[in-house]
Amino acid sequence: MQQATSTSPAVRLRGITKRFPGVTANDGVDFEAAEGEVHALLGENGAGKTTLSNILTGLYRPDEGEIELYGKPVQFNSPRDALDAGVSMVHQHFRLVRAFTVAENVVLGDHRGEARRFRLRPRAIERRVAELGKEYGLRVAPRAKIWQLSLGEQQRVEILKALYRDSRVLILDEPTAVLTPQEAERLFRTLRAMVEEGRTIIFISHKLHEVKAVADRVTVLRAGRSIGTVSASESTPQSLAALMVGRELGTGATAKSEPRDEAVLEVQDLWTHGDRGEDAVKGVAFTVRAGEILAVAGVAGNGQRELAETITGMRPFARGGMSLNGRELRGGDPRRAIRAGIAHVPEDRLGTGVAPNLTVASNVVLKSYRSREMSRGPLLRGRSIRRRAEELIHRYEVRPPIATTPARQLSGGNLQKVVLAREFSGDPKVLVAASPTRGLDVAAIEAVHGHLRDAAARGMAILLISEDLEEILTLADRVAVIYEGAIVGEVDPKGATVNEIGLLMAGGGRS
Amino acid sequence: MIRFERRLQQPWWLAVAVPVGSILVALAFAAIVLAATGHDPLHAYRRIFDSAFLAKGALTQTIMSATPLCFTGLAAAVAFRMQLFNIGAEGQLYFGAIAAAASGLYFHSLPKPLVIVAMIAAGCAGGAAWALIPAILKAFFRTNEIITSLMLNYVAALVLNYLIFDSLSYWRDTSTPETKVFPQGKTLADSATWPTTTLVHSGPGLVVPLGFGIAILVALLAWFLYSRTRFGFEAQVLGDSQQAARYAGIRTRRKILAVMCLSGAIAGLGGASQDGDFRHLLDPRGLQQAGYGYAGIVVAALARYNPFGVVLIAFLLGGLQNAGYTLQGADFPSGLVGVIQGLILFCALGGELLGRYRIRIARRPAPAVEPSA
Repeated sequence: MQQATSTSPAVRLRGITKRFPGVTANDGVDFEAAEGEVHALLGENGAGKTTLSNILTGLYRPDEGEIELYGKPVQFNSPRDALDAGVSMVHQHFRLVRAFTVAENVVLGDHRGEARRFRLRPRAIERRVAELGKEYGLRVAPRAKIWQLSLGEQQRVEILKALYRDSRVLILDEPTAVLTPQEAERLFRTLRAMVEEGRTIIFISHKLHEVKAVADRVTVLRAGRSIGTVSASESTPQSLAALMVGRELGTGATAKSEPRDEAVLEVQDLWTHGDRGEDAVKGVAFTVRAGEILAVAGVAGNGQRELAETITGMRPFARGGMSLNGRELRGGDPRRAIRAGIAHVPEDRLGTGVAPNLTVASNVVLKSYRSREMSRGPLLRGRSIRRRAEELIHRYEVRPPIATTPARQLSGGNLQKVVLAREFSGDPKVLVAASPTRGLDVAAIEAVHGHLRDAAARGMAILLISEDLEEILTLADRVAVIYEGAIVGEVDPKGATVNEIGLLMAGGGRS
Repeated sequence: MIRFERRLQQPWWLAVAVPVGSILVALAFAAIVLAATGHDPLHAYRRIFDSAFLAKGALTQTIMSATPLCFTGLAAAVAFRMQLFNIGAEGQLYFGAIAAAASGLYFHSLPKPLVIVAMIAAGCAGGAAWALIPAILKAFFRTNEIITSLMLNYVAALVLNYLIFDSLSYWRDTSTPETKVFPQGKTLADSATWPTTTLVHSGPGLVVPLGFGIAILVALLAWFLYSRTRFGFEAQVLGDSQQAARYAGIRTRRKILAVMCLSGAIAGLGGASQDGDFRHLLDPRGLQQAGYGYAGIVVAALARYNPFGVVLIAFLLGGLQNAGYTLQGADFPSGLVGVIQGLILFCALGGELLGRYRIRIARRPAPAVEPSA
């Protein structure tokens, strides 16, 4: 067995084709990952990365093509088959039971060994989890409940799950999206330790520098096809981007807008409660001027969501105040905020930013259906709504260009275009954009950045809340760093480095 | 090895094939029951069909059975569409009946059209008021409306019994010594009796009660409300995602109150129709035995919350019920209709599963690969 498999790759996909009604998500994809390597899977949204990993983890069956593990053909009919064959996945959104402990989550769904007993022996599992944690540098308390953990710690639990099952192949989907640069660094060390034992890591990412830092080889997908596999050390971010998009990208060095002097949004000593009643935003104060992009940098879970929700009226505030063009804003009333001219690109695109099962047309008028143009008294003007939707779909190049598509069927990038189209169509004075490019591909990020810059150039005041330092450094005129609900420092993006801001984000600015 | 796999997209024909197939499978199962108890299934089905739709006066009876199911089905459908699970149509119907009976008794001296309008208004108000309780609890205290509305059904039933059996209320008939011993409601005056329309004179004939006409009107209004108005748009957004609705500046609390009250009003209208069309007095036993509120949930579910679907399904189930009443006797087991109804619901829910999943039969699970380390 050992002899027979050592020469074949750990994972080999041959001619994988998967069609969904209307689209071919994977079109004859070939993919190989060797034992003991970190293999990055790179591609734009809609390039077929997610479909491919869903096939490899048994969630979908391919229409055509073969899967081989260690030289043996396999057929997965359910995720459990894939898990039994030693293929695990860490999804972007963690699959953990929040009320359970770390150890309980680790054995959950396992149906072998310890987990197979009728009566669990939690101590034995906890001991094993602690051992694994120590061995791989995934420090997390086995008896802690999931809801008590930060996102970074939750991710460690997901990886521990795979290690506990002794999975040989681990797929990570955008694992660094929720991490600080320092945490990401630590994750990379863990991944290296895992591949040194002969495990195989498939690393899905959009971030080119990350791919270069951690991967041995990179396979690029474009429009459902595998474009090629290159060695990470021999490629540059530029060459990877070109492969991924199929053309050279602009340098992104567009001239920044000229901020004007008028203060548009002023926030003074703002305090807000979080979902559990704790102080989530603690005395935040800032001013955003017309034509300016103020970035709030921070690791997720440090009060950014609450801050964005407070400014946009979705969450009442406890103390302090906000004003728009000198006029006091009342908290906790989204409709008033919309009317006052505050646009919002929410962090949670599908579910908050759009109603997923309603059509693109309905979502385009999600805020303007009340207006004169879209309704007459209590009746909707169906034709005006359709016309508005078609116009915006055309202008923002939404794909597919069909107004009756349910929003959930759009890719992340196209969904964000719908959100932006709607938010800008209200002619707002302020835009609060929370992680506007999370999970988007390079081309979509470019488009979103372009729209934000244009808006600033038109004189809109933009509050950009983001964890992506690259994004912040390319877009922002000023950067405020938030940590545990408070602004811990302001830096000038021209002079700052990623490491400086990263340190502040991790709480290092506190003396 | 049988496996269920999720379908990613439902082919269009499934929307028709699943309900029709479910009913056929249910009938096949019921045929087994019939054959096992020594009845000829084909013969039994022919008799059911005859007495539901073809016999003299059958269609009229079927429409009568269908009318309350239309109301409670629509009541459930308008709320469920917004993901508001109002299970309280039963109690709301009782309160509609109480309020409508009161106004029918009180205004009996007015001209007939005015009395009817007063009863309709009172029925709606009674049902809406009873629905307002779980609505307020849901909107302001985030209480689960399934539990509160369900529990209030029992409270409503107790109130209903109290008014007739345990008190000398306005609704109770105390005019004769007999009714003092065997309590019953006051009979409504002729002016409070709702008219009927004879649509077909010849053959088996078809007489339609006013309530059925109102039910179809309500179905039309519900469809219009949900597809053409701002109210419907907001309800759709809220039904799809509470967060998105809040984000869009939709007043979610008001919406919850409004939709629950609308649902309660429709159920209350069903109660008013019971008073005016059929019973002509406040009849606690009859209303509670019928269980229209719960049957309405089944109707709404089978109709997939489509208002016109509700009318159609109510008509079919009404026919089945009607056949059950007429055929009950020595050679026709009285529980049979209940069995068939139960089987249809069972098969319809199973059919839903088939709509969403595909069954695969695999010979054995995929070969597992031993780790090479």
